[in-house]
Amino acid sequence: MARYALRFGALGYLALLLFVPVGLVFYRAFEHGFGHAWEAVSTHQAVHALELTLLIAAIAVPANTVFGIVLALALVRTRFPGRGLVNAIVDLPLALSPVVVGLALFLLYGRGGWLGGLAGHGVKILFALPGMVLATMFVSLPFVVREVVPVLREIGTDQEQAAETLGASPLQIFRRITFPAIRWAVAYGVVLTTARAIGEFGAVSVVSGRIEGRTETLPLYVQAQFEGFDTPGAYAASVVLALLAIATVVGLRAFHPREETA
Amino acid sequence: MAADALALERAPRAVTGRAGGSLARGVATGYLSLVVLLPLAALIWTSRASGLGTFWEQATRPEAVAALKLTLGVAAVCALLNAVAGTAIAWTLVRDRFPGKGVVDALIDLPFALPTIVAGLTLLALYGSGGPFGIDVAFTRSALLLALLFVTLPFVVRAVQPVLLELDSEMEEAAASLGARPLAVFRRIVFPNLLPAILSGVALAFARAVGEFGAVVLISGNLPFKTEVASVYIFGQLQSGNESGAAAVSVLLLVISLAVLLAIGAFRRWRTRHDG
Repeated sequence: MARYALRFGALGYLALLLFVPVGLVFYRAFEHGFGHAWEAVSTHQAVHALELTLLIAAIAVPANTVFGIVLALALVRTRFPGRGLVNAIVDLPLALSPVVVGLALFLLYGRGGWLGGLAGHGVKILFALPGMVLATMFVSLPFVVREVVPVLREIGTDQEQAAETLGASPLQIFRRITFPAIRWAVAYGVVLTTARAIGEFGAVSVVSGRIEGRTETLPLYVQAQFEGFDTPGAYAASVVLALLAIATVVGLRAFHPREETA
Repeated sequence: MAADALALERAPRAVTGRAGGSLARGVATGYLSLVVLLPLAALIWTSRASGLGTFWEQATRPEAVAALKLTLGVAAVCALLNAVAGTAIAWTLVRDRFPGKGVVDALIDLPFALPTIVAGLTLLALYGSGGPFGIDVAFTRSALLLALLFVTLPFVVRAVQPVLLELDSEMEEAAASLGARPLAVFRRIVFPNLLPAILSGVALAFARAVGEFGAVVLISGNLPFKTEVASVYIFGQLQSGNESGAAAVSVLLLVISLAVLLAIGAFRRWRTRHDG
């Protein structure tokens, strides 16, 4: 009896908070037919917003993947003073408000900021692509590191040391031993990083200046359409983002490394 | 766990030898400094540059204080509700059997993957004016709480689930066979084992709730002194050109985030000790 009550309660909570609302957005987007929804997301402005979102992710995700692996290697395989501090800093983007991230970048690269002079030399960071990429890199930094670190810890260094004594070069060791062992964790981290990068709103909202058709990403477009009373446009763009999110969830299932091995 | 740590102590040698190790370290700290530390340093510097008096004045403006109080209060309520709901959901997913469990389990991650602005719009469609149930909580504190519950849903569930999976049910069966009632079994055996996981999930949910922006910006209405949370306040101050006001509240949020991370670190060490 208690079991049924618990099941009913847990599933009811999920339904009211998650399933019904997300389902309703799909319903609202398609309630006037598929054609209307398609028209709403194929406007020039919406397509540009989607392209910009994907472009930012295409820069930020590879950067965070490569440096995420390097960071994980440095955290697990080397000892240095301040390692604990670095560890804490890696987690910070998970716990920090994206608006604070945006403001920090705004103050660094804005007028009077330490690197504000760059704008005078033709390097435009704020209200342009570089600033939006930097904001996205900041917020999506921890995911690859956090997935790779436990796997690196678990595999240990025996095989790597054996390869080293047999004369393998560092690059060979990484390619033939370390990377194959961490690749599923990397894939999992990449999926999480991509989802975060595509969905980022607060930080990008601050540094982009939201110039319609220029620095407007798809999440910013959703807000602009909603506030501009183009609700169908907002719902249709939301569905595109929701489909990307569902693809992410499917990807996470496919790459989940630990449950199979455990 | 303890064996792992020992192995690490014994064999700290890098994959890539000594030179490669210092290269990795240099690249890693360089990247971290450029992407994370430099902007945060600029933030702290800006908030200090105008003097401690200005900082204090900006941080204690009535609107800022109201926003901070509301943020901490709602985040605390959200974290507590998550502790209960998250544990119950994790329990249902691990111990119960029902058709469609795999799909439900997968969908728990959806709030992580869904852009926050879409989360806000989603809730507004159901619980705003013109919703199908005739419930309209838009622009109230309930709406704020709802949005925060949505985005923080996975934290406790995903923290508790693996611990519950590994928990040996023999102890529970032994207690039950000795006559302990289900509630007593949960309170005396299951709960103490889950507590570190629940606490770290709750702490992450709290941190996320304190900083949330995208999900609340549409549904809360952002009414000063009523539904305006700290991140929305910061955004508003920046828009109206009050950079030092935005920076002051941001520094406070930064301090809260660091404190929560330190707490999570402590919970993790506690769990490790229990394992050992």
